[in-house]
Amino acid sequence: MEAVKQITSIEELKNYIEKLRGRVSDNIIEELEKKLVEVYEKSGLYVEEVEAIIGEVLRRYESSLVEPGEPVGTVAAQSLGEPSTQMTLRVFHYAGVREFNVTLGLPRLIEIVDARKRPETPIMEIYLEDDYKHDEEKAKEVARRIESTLVENVAESISISPFEGVVIRLDPSMLEDKGVGIKDVVDVLEELKLGDIEVDEENYTIRIRLPEELMDYSKMEKIRQKVASARIKGVKGIKKVIIQKRGDEYVLIAEGSNLSEVMRVKGVDWRRVYTNDIMEVERTLGIEAARAAIIKEIKSILDDQGLDVDIRHIMLLADVMTWTGRVRQVGRMGVAGEKPSVLARAAFEMTVQRLIEAAASGEVDELSGIPENIIIGQIIPIGTGMVELYATPSTARPKGGEG
Amino acid sequence: MYRIKSIKFGILSPDEIRKMSVTNIITSDVYDNDGAPVDGGVMDKRLGAIEPREVCPICGNTRDECPGHFGHIELAKPVIHAGFSKHILVYLKSTCRVCGRIKLPENERQQYLKLLKDLEDLNLKYLVKRLHEFIRKKASAQQTCPHCGAPQYKIKLDKPHTFYEEREEGLVKLTPAEVRSRLEKIPDDDVRLLGGDPKEARPEWMVLTVLPVPPRAVRPSILLETGIRSEDDLTHKLVDIIRVNNRLREHVETGAPNALIEDEWELLQYHVTTYFDNEAPGIPQAKHRTGKTLKGIAQRLKGKEGRFRGNLRGKRVDFSARTVISPDPNLSINEVGVPEAVAKILTVPEKVTPWNVEELRKLVLNGPDKWPGANYVIRPDGRKISLKFVDRKAVAESLAPGFIVERHLLDGDIVLFNRQPSLHRISVMAHVVRVLPYKTFRLNLLVCPPYNADFDGDEMNLHVPQSEEARAEARILMLVEKHILTPRYGGPIIGGLQDYISGAFLLTNKSTLLTKGEVIDLLSVAGYRGPLPEPAILKPAQYWTGKQVVSLFLPRDFNYKRNAKIASASALRCIDEDCPHDSIVIIKKGLLLEGVLDKATIGREEPENIIHWLIKEYGEDVARKFMDDVYKIFIRFSEMYGFTMSYYHLMIPPEARERIRNIIEEKKREVDRLIEEFKAGRLIPKPGKTVEETLEDEIIDLLSKRLLDEVADVITPYFTLANPVIVMARTGSRGNPINLTQMAAILGQQTVRGKRLTRGYLNRSLPHFKPGDLGPEARGFVARGFVNGLSPVEMFFHAAGGREGLIDTAVRTSQSGYMQRRLINALQDVRVDVDGTVKTTTGEIIQFKYGEDGVDPMKSDHGKAVNVDRVVQKVVGWRL
Repeated sequence: MEAVKQITSIEELKNYIEKLRGRVSDNIIEELEKKLVEVYEKSGLYVEEVEAIIGEVLRRYESSLVEPGEPVGTVAAQSLGEPSTQMTLRVFHYAGVREFNVTLGLPRLIEIVDARKRPETPIMEIYLEDDYKHDEEKAKEVARRIESTLVENVAESISISPFEGVVIRLDPSMLEDKGVGIKDVVDVLEELKLGDIEVDEENYTIRIRLPEELMDYSKMEKIRQKVASARIKGVKGIKKVIIQKRGDEYVLIAEGSNLSEVMRVKGVDWRRVYTNDIMEVERTLGIEAARAAIIKEIKSILDDQGLDVDIRHIMLLADVMTWTGRVRQVGRMGVAGEKPSVLARAAFEMTVQRLIEAAASGEVDELSGIPENIIIGQIIPIGTGMVELYATPSTARPKGGEG
Repeated sequence: MYRIKSIKFGILSPDEIRKMSVTNIITSDVYDNDGAPVDGGVMDKRLGAIEPREVCPICGNTRDECPGHFGHIELAKPVIHAGFSKHILVYLKSTCRVCGRIKLPENERQQYLKLLKDLEDLNLKYLVKRLHEFIRKKASAQQTCPHCGAPQYKIKLDKPHTFYEEREEGLVKLTPAEVRSRLEKIPDDDVRLLGGDPKEARPEWMVLTVLPVPPRAVRPSILLETGIRSEDDLTHKLVDIIRVNNRLREHVETGAPNALIEDEWELLQYHVTTYFDNEAPGIPQAKHRTGKTLKGIAQRLKGKEGRFRGNLRGKRVDFSARTVISPDPNLSINEVGVPEAVAKILTVPEKVTPWNVEELRKLVLNGPDKWPGANYVIRPDGRKISLKFVDRKAVAESLAPGFIVERHLLDGDIVLFNRQPSLHRISVMAHVVRVLPYKTFRLNLLVCPPYNADFDGDEMNLHVPQSEEARAEARILMLVEKHILTPRYGGPIIGGLQDYISGAFLLTNKSTLLTKGEVIDLLSVAGYRGPLPEPAILKPAQYWTGKQVVSLFLPRDFNYKRNAKIASASALRCIDEDCPHDSIVIIKKGLLLEGVLDKATIGREEPENIIHWLIKEYGEDVARKFMDDVYKIFIRFSEMYGFTMSYYHLMIPPEARERIRNIIEEKKREVDRLIEEFKAGRLIPKPGKTVEETLEDEIIDLLSKRLLDEVADVITPYFTLANPVIVMARTGSRGNPINLTQMAAILGQQTVRGKRLTRGYLNRSLPHFKPGDLGPEARGFVARGFVNGLSPVEMFFHAAGGREGLIDTAVRTSQSGYMQRRLINALQDVRVDVDGTVKTTTGEIIQFKYGEDGVDPMKSDHGKAVNVDRVVQKVVGWRL
């Protein structure tokens, strides 16, 4: 038997592994190096074994690559669609925080795929800067800055009549809780420019005298609404903020979403602010961020339901939704509606309208896609149908005597 | 091979309609007294042959070859094509009512024309669309014509087909003739600016002066049993149109009063509109005498059963079969049992060659009724001979190379097998035929997961590929073993389920010892041929372990280590290899040394199980063989063992029941206390919740989760792995510990939409309770388990809770079905191109490298390109 050679040093081991460099991706090499050093230190390795391992890694890597023609789109759609039949339909759930309702499961997935203007339940995760994140008091301070406080939040009652004007009775305990002074409320009310303001600090009462042109019963409810929803402080759209401890830092969870404003708030680590409103991510951070948000959101929905779907399928969906530079809906108003083929569009939804539009503008269908070619009964340009070069086998060779 | 390269859409011009027409349809009579079609009627013979043996007077073909020919109707006055009314409106709005030119100054017009040409040359379709929209908007906002200075009026469309002009004197109706004459005046370039095509779709063609009459084949009449002809809806509609059209022409020619003419004209317009689309909003639907609405042309195209989705994207096929499925563990996973009756109808065309002529002669002699036989012979001249009524001996004799025999389905043929809903590609897989007696399709139980099939009456479809290419693709790409790994997550979707798993567990259990007879029994099931291993125990008698039996089928250099599923229960977890629970599976050099096999190692949908690595390292044939052979042993052992479960396995001793009763009482008391606090107004609401909500939350929490957990703690000690129920729950073959608690002890709080049951009667769920009773029993608390039985009231609550699940499933399938349809529609054109980029079929790049690393999920190790740990384990695992 041939003498078996042992690996004698980590350097030698690394030299062997280096042979893979350039042939497989670097992170695999890194992982392999770590693992083999571990094994080497524990129980030693033979040259033969290392070579076998390297050969196997290479074989596995090379055989794992996609082949041209693979219908990755259809596979991605199926891989996302099939498990969605197993999702629970329960709309509301508590996401770690009992106070908030969050849309989950199938409805949320449909919401993302639809690229809705705003999610049913917008939620933000707001991480804090180093100076704030370890101190609960400081975190609360930031939370107060973000949570929007409206006049109605600190008022015990708001009554209105054309002659009395608007009478606001403030709730002292709420004022304290929200960290708002009477002065702050008055300032906000002044900005509304409704009329003269009288303040009775002792009784916590503010009165706005309405000018004559507003003394109209039909306008009362509108004015009341205006006063009630006047924002004293905080960020527009953020209804509520709670503080949660994650690991060793405090994190704010906010109901409602306003990415651009919250990122500006002092004490907020703007690099790590997160919202589940994908369209808002697109507006403020751009299309690449929107793509990342789509991937992250879909992945978290599937993980939450315990469904195993490869991330590549989700990435492909996100790319198809975003590659034009805008977030497009998966449906007739987006991806499916902007297809170049008349027949593909007609076959999906609104058949007659699509055909008539095509006729009116004299459109040409180049028949390059899948559904068009199925419709006219031709081979589809995908997979084995993508090959356009055919070898014509030469006709059987004439036998000896015959011509 | 000819290919259709492209299809141009456009509008037929009156000239074209006349040119392609074979006759002017002039009379509303359809048949004469003898029942023959009237010349010049809608069923004119020149419109194509549709009767058997009828010869077409135009092309001379019979009905199989005659393509059908169009006729036409000359309309007495023009009518609007309602489908185009929106487009007509755009043209009317953005052009001058007098000179017909687009309402833009000449310099702007030139500028836009140039821009449009540039954009079209650059093929920027999206921007072209935007430009058209911009021009339309700008032109229609213009109050006076920049060319002739004529004042413009607002145009209004009253759907579906009436146009008004808002002049100073009020709304003035525009007749279709006026509309048409305005559209005629629009110059070609202006049409182009507005997004039209002056060559193929002149705007004035949207107002019909000539109506094409489709061929008879498009609208065949049906002969009822009574011998009465029933005409197609379109024919009815055409007759209506002709009748009104003739009347209108008469009125015009005789100079009838204007009001009369207008009425008839409006009626003609109505009939034409409903002929095209009988669901157009704004007008009453045209109906049969029976009251049934007629089908317009639009209705034929629309919707799921319409021409597009029903006939063009999805087609009905021949050479297919459908029947009930039933299980057969003796088949290979890539086989399908086909009933003989089916095999005699489905055929495979086989070319006669010198090598198979004798074989095929025998089949031809057997004929269509005796399996294996043949149904048809196709001669080299293309004639098809049915073997039913001919002298088969003579046909068999005449068989020579060049003939094609359509022979019965035989063992070894490849077929496609499918179960709806076809949600993913593994809903259709290729199987190898095994012709079997009886009347159901048979399949191995292991392939149930990809099809999501069970045997409670499920039916499946089978298709026989007819061409050599199709068969080759089926065999190479679609065979079951090619799809053991799913592209969804890169792991095996096919694998052990239910009894396979309990059987495997029991077989590989430490306490299982097998006599020689038993070992031989088990091995013979798998068709094992070879020596028996050394018995594990020699004295007092020879005994083998189950692990030894399994080891016989593992490749000799297979190393493997993984925690068994039972290790997920903390009581059965092993910290190191030396452990009584035997829950770490260790295979070294093909020998199963330790650990029990269960869901984690042989189960379905378990990435990184034994099957997964067998496929990746030894190929799908080895994996298939392993599943065919070893899994059969698991089932056989289950039978030998007599694995069963009964009522008595769920019984718990009286003292345990007493403790459970105490726990329930305690929880109920707590609930009562909460209710008291609530009634006294002392309950503190949780942030963001009302007091009532807080109370309900607390009660549900107490009575469902917390109660069941405590009860589970009480009963677990009485259920050990000696209990088959636990064997099933722990090994992952069926059921879970919660099911066990529910059967043996208590069902707990029933909920609907996460709330306790409240609805039914006023302020109470059932008349058995006092109104306003908030107590547990009155709101759906079920204090018993299935073993003890539910009280009638409890049974009722349980049904109410269970119904939610049923409704949920029903709603979910439709929602997720639609979502999947949209996903597929959006993504189906995306593929990997030859250069490794991901492109749409039109060549737009979606990704430069698929999934950022170019790795196919199906061929990955559960998402990773290479599972390094596994590679190391595979090579040196035997000594670690």
